Amino acid sequence: MPTLNYVESPRMPENAVHDEVLEAGLGWIHPLKRGQYFRILDLEGNQAVDTLFYSTADPADRYSAVDTIRRQGNIFLTAGTTLISQDGHELLRIVADTCGRHDTLGGACSAESNTVRYALGKKHMHSCRDSFLLTLAESHGRDEGLAPLGKRDLTANINFFMNVPVDAEGRLSFADGVSSPGKYVELLALMDVTVLISNCPQLNNPCNAYNPTPIRLSVWDPD
Amino acid sequence: MSNSPNPNQPGMETLPGGAMSSLVLPRGMTLRLVALAPGANVSALFFNADHLLERFNMPDTLKAQHTAFLTRGHVLYSDMGRILVSIADDSCGWHDPICGFTDAKSTEDRYGKSSFQKDGNAFFRNGRDNFLIEMGKYGLGRPDLGPCVNFFSKAWVDDSGDIHYAGNHAPVGCSVDIRAEMKTLVFLSNTPHPFNPDLPYAPAPVGLQWLNTGPADLTDICGLSCPENARGYSNTETYNLRTR
Repeated sequence: MPTLNYVESPRMPENAVHDEVLEAGLGWIHPLKRGQYFRILDLEGNQAVDTLFYSTADPADRYSAVDTIRRQGNIFLTAGTTLISQDGHELLRIVADTCGRHDTLGGACSAESNTVRYALGKKHMHSCRDSFLLTLAESHGRDEGLAPLGKRDLTANINFFMNVPVDAEGRLSFADGVSSPGKYVELLALMDVTVLISNCPQLNNPCNAYNPTPIRLSVWDPD
Repeated sequence: MSNSPNPNQPGMETLPGGAMSSLVLPRGMTLRLVALAPGANVSALFFNADHLLERFNMPDTLKAQHTAFLTRGHVLYSDMGRILVSIADDSCGWHDPICGFTDAKSTEDRYGKSSFQKDGNAFFRNGRDNFLIEMGKYGLGRPDLGPCVNFFSKAWVDDSGDIHYAGNHAPVGCSVDIRAEMKTLVFLSNTPHPFNPDLPYAPAPVGLQWLNTGPADLTDICGLSCPENARGYSNTETYNLRTR
């Protein structure tokens, strides 16, 4: 694997304006103002954090994997990457990353895809798609300014801390995690955005070392 | 006698460069796309024709088959664990599912300014506008856009993650057979691959043919290519039986 790009953040936890721990298997939705910094910290290592971003003012203008890939000519996210919306806008920029590589192609697990990937009998296990749908359903009317969202708003998401390499022959694999306890990624909001997270509960896949664990989510106001 | 495809042959419709189309493929119908000139690229989106919330899911398709490209033996999964269409045959060898489609800005950046007022119907159309127009006819809009398949285009990824566009990939006359395993609404945009560096703007015409092949049977390579696809076909068969 090529040398990964590590960039640390100067922001201190005691200065965060929002700081919480999210258990595996839970969803989370949170607005960010332009200029705020948002950190996801992998507390115990090798966790997969399925994440989507929406323009708060216009949620149809949301994170687009293919537009982000197209703009930077590379499939991985790391410090320096700008996340692009499907209307071509700059949503957030990754300003710090102690993990070095994050996935754009693996998407979210679901009951239905579990039946395909693992076994027909794996349908009734908890999944990221379930957490996304429940979190969106419960957020209606709660977050000021965010229009109601549903299944059509779930697009190909980011998997922070997940390693999904592709080789020149086009083979794609779910490789051992590149993360470990205490690694983090930090993003600067370039416009008002809403974050949607599922802290992945998948038990059938090495993406989180078969052991889903909590993450820490922190927000800082502009410098 | 020439081997090049004859766009005037019976049953062959031509999708001109820059054009868009939408069509419903009943289960068992195969859409054959034929490259009629060099540099062909058709961006395509797929939906369950009876239930438009179910649609092609790029990540589910790639991770089920451990692949970052599509060719004969691969299938296109919906977000519901079912197989919308399968690639029953392919003389091209690689179709790109990870680079997305062009939009107005990327088209102008590469090819220069163009408008209907200036260029008439030869104006430089882009994938996003084409999809929004065609999808609007079915009540779909911006939230329904997503990763597409770029038929006839190859873009490969090196171990640092960089994407490399393979020029001259699809020879004239090569074709790909897209077979519906359930009733599928297909949107097509015949616009350049977003990484194609060739100038000027000249998307190749593509032939469309409909073949009444029937769906995959139990010996079909698409169901045998990996255990995941056998389970995908099982899910699809159950759905087709229950909704018949």
